[in-house]
Amino acid sequence: MAGYTPATPGDQADMLAAIGVDSVDDLFAQIPDEVKLDRPLDLEDGKSESEVYRFLAGLADTNLDAERIPSFLGAGMYDHYVPAIVEAIVSRSEFLTPYTPYQPEVSQGGLQVMFEFQTAMSEITGLPVANAGLYEGPSAAASAAYLAMGVTGRTGLVASRGLHPHSRETLATHAVGFGATVTEVGLESGLTSGEELEAAVDDDTAAVFLQNPNFLGAVEDIAALGEAVKAKGALLIVAADPMTLGILRPPGACGADIAFGEGQPLGNRLDFGGPSFGFFCAREEYIRKMPGRIAGETTDADGRRGFVLTLQTREQHIRREKATSNICTAQALNALAGMIHLAWLGKQGFVELGELLARRTAYARKLIGGLDGYELLHEAPVVREFAVRSERAVEELLPLGDESHGPAPRLPVYPLGRDYPEYEDSFLVAITENRSVDEIGWLAHMLEHAQAGWGEHIHDHDHEGNPVAGGVQ
Amino acid sequence: MSTPTLNETPQQADRARTIYEKSVPGRRAAQLPDLGEGVEETPIEELIPAHLLREKPAELPEVSEPEIVRHYNRLSRRNFDLDTGFYPLGSCTMKYNPRLNERVAALPGHAKLHPATDPSDAQGALQLMYLLQESLSEITGLPTVSLQPSAGSQGELAGLLLTRAYHADRGRNPTRVLTPDTAHGTNPASVTMAGYDVVKVATNEKGGVDLEDLKSKIDDDIACLMLTNPNTLGVFDENIVEMASLVHEAGGLLYYDGANLNAIMGQARPGDMGFDIVHVNLHKSFSQPHGGGGPGAGPIAVSERVEPFIPRPQVVRREDGDGVFFDLDYDRPKSIGRLRGFQGNFGVFVRSLAYILSLGGDGLAEASRQAVLNANYLKKRLSEGRAGKYLPIAFDRHCMHEFVLSGAPMKKELGIKTLDLAKRLLDFGFHPPTVYFPLLVDEALMIEPVETESKEDLDAFADAIERILEEAEEDPTIAQNAPYTTPVRRLDEVGATRNPRIRQPQ
Repeated sequence: MAGYTPATPGDQADMLAAIGVDSVDDLFAQIPDEVKLDRPLDLEDGKSESEVYRFLAGLADTNLDAERIPSFLGAGMYDHYVPAIVEAIVSRSEFLTPYTPYQPEVSQGGLQVMFEFQTAMSEITGLPVANAGLYEGPSAAASAAYLAMGVTGRTGLVASRGLHPHSRETLATHAVGFGATVTEVGLESGLTSGEELEAAVDDDTAAVFLQNPNFLGAVEDIAALGEAVKAKGALLIVAADPMTLGILRPPGACGADIAFGEGQPLGNRLDFGGPSFGFFCAREEYIRKMPGRIAGETTDADGRRGFVLTLQTREQHIRREKATSNICTAQALNALAGMIHLAWLGKQGFVELGELLARRTAYARKLIGGLDGYELLHEAPVVREFAVRSERAVEELLPLGDESHGPAPRLPVYPLGRDYPEYEDSFLVAITENRSVDEIGWLAHMLEHAQAGWGEHIHDHDHEGNPVAGGVQ
Repeated sequence: MSTPTLNETPQQADRARTIYEKSVPGRRAAQLPDLGEGVEETPIEELIPAHLLREKPAELPEVSEPEIVRHYNRLSRRNFDLDTGFYPLGSCTMKYNPRLNERVAALPGHAKLHPATDPSDAQGALQLMYLLQESLSEITGLPTVSLQPSAGSQGELAGLLLTRAYHADRGRNPTRVLTPDTAHGTNPASVTMAGYDVVKVATNEKGGVDLEDLKSKIDDDIACLMLTNPNTLGVFDENIVEMASLVHEAGGLLYYDGANLNAIMGQARPGDMGFDIVHVNLHKSFSQPHGGGGPGAGPIAVSERVEPFIPRPQVVRREDGDGVFFDLDYDRPKSIGRLRGFQGNFGVFVRSLAYILSLGGDGLAEASRQAVLNANYLKKRLSEGRAGKYLPIAFDRHCMHEFVLSGAPMKKELGIKTLDLAKRLLDFGFHPPTVYFPLLVDEALMIEPVETESKEDLDAFADAIERILEEAEEDPTIAQNAPYTTPVRRLDEVGATRNPRIRQPQ
């Protein structure tokens, strides 16, 4: 059993004597016998550190992670290169182990990070105010809906089918509690249908949710779509991919009232889906309606500059059932990782990365869209992800090799069928700066073979020594 | 123990400057890879129409890598943290965060696994989640666990949406949820977000729920009762079985806020007490580091009758002729749906499973016993001397893992408030307890010492309180103006709210 508890039997005896009881059992006497557990927990006994490490490392070893296969999976979370300084800083005890900064005098580090993070998120989204972070992307959609309903007094939510399917499902789940209805607007040629949108928005619409680039990777004309939203007095809420904001017109400049999104691409691990952070930015007038934590600048008793959690009268610990949200978690450590990554990229690098993504993606899209048996699902402009239609069923494409002798690894692209029955024949390909031209070539090569059917001609390596089907490590 | 001086420390003299204020045009850290052979340097406007492009770059700092590291390293030193000192924040369970857990979470097979990886290529991850589900099921005494909720408050909201789905499935639509007046603030906030009305239940003289008040408020319009047990006063409610049957008889469900689970692991289980839904804070009882305000995770455990409604996807274990396969089950027609993206905070699951495996069933039970022993010992120490005189315990009985003192006599007789005591503790190198909560105790101090603290640390904390009270008898202004030695001194929170400056000026 791990030695995380300092007390020795001697300490325990001294403590019991001081309290004036004979045994620890006496302290549990207030638990009625009928609900006391009269047996040990049916879990294994504690193990040594080396045993626990080896067991969990063994489990980790069975996962096909992005270091073992070039991953073209995206759908909101991306295999970006996270600079080494991120890990070095976020693993410091001073950032890793404190609680929420309730005592600001000894939490200036964390609070200042929040202030810097709020500034950075406000800058990249083009909206004046930002909070210190929310759980992650899709649940931030629900937070935005709650704000919009409170501000407008309306109950209708309209979501483009270009909004991440997880965000749409999260909205639907929360709508039951919020007393809201969710209406979906379809896509045409990869983009949100302006006509359908206009028809869906009415006088009870609290907010319209768009995503840019949308789930199919397409860059939407948010400003043009937003006109119909504004005309009816609804809020325009835009989900953004932060890594595209180096080059794309930011939501704030497109008329968005709220921008939110998944922060994972900024400095966070894939972690099989979390933890990461969500960001939430809005127009100034919503500052007192925002969910989550917000850090603000102030001064101390001697006039020194300092930072505190502010506008707390919005929050659950003060306002209880009248709070603007129940959220107390800012994902502070994940937001710190995002801030460090943004500082590392810097003003120029952030643009350059966006450009690099757009150019490599254009290359990959042309290459893959031109393969026999494949065509692009849509021709709309993209930044870092695109959708491809296949003649052969996507399910049959995925196994990387002949499965007659056991299961083969799956081609790491995102099949659209589960979320979009209408695109059952299509999949998404995501590109990051980690996906080299050679790896893009490998994907094209694999797709060609997959379309033709796996045969004897697939070997473990290609002429360059690049990974191929059987060569997955 | 040396008494801190009133001079400005080097850290105080080092005034806060943001990374933006250190920016110098032209400086940079990142070096990006080349485009690669064959990739054209096409102007971006030829790829994406110009009106959809950004007109000018976002104002991000321009700093070199050494400057970034120095900046955030210096900032880190302006934080107090659990690895450095005692952190007895009530209801937050600030227990030691084992470094092994960080190591296993960082393994590429965990950290670099894409969430949309086909289950056949993520068997280790899904098995890990399954093992955690099974472990939490045993610890809570309930058959099914969903790991999806991102934090305790999302677990609460999930639980209330489950409550709604459960009643709707029976053709009922009750509108009210009962919560004790000692409840965490997230409880009533979550109730509202789930579309229910909050009905408060009073606390009796022993610190538990007032049964008569509860009875008077139970009718067939009650959807559920939300309880924390032991509650925020550190008191285990002895009437739990009777309360459970009262609520169940009226058709309602019982929700358990697991914030205080650290008191009872291996001693008693919410499922055996009659609860239908429990959320577990993995960042409290199961050692996920708090990260300065997240990440955490708030899995929920549910009874059989609530199971059909849990969020999807659910990790399941399938067994057939080919062997065992762990899968994500989306085919749950009565599910409330998703609360968030993908499968939940997997990195947190890795750390918490590592913790559960390290301690084992025996170790978890022992951890709870030591947590309760530590709390009672510290309570005893603080019932003596000046603390006993000025800081009486709010409900005088054996406590569970935490206890609440009232600073009301201290305020009256010494002229120092609970806030002053808290701020003066900072000068002594301690993080203060939770203050001004629960609301029903005047000038409350809520103290949770956790099992990973030594007797020496508990004694040192009690000694510091004694010293501060002694000092206040002589000169209350010392505490009133504290702290003196922290990176900044007492901050103007009212001014910050009145005139919000929440980002760097443009």
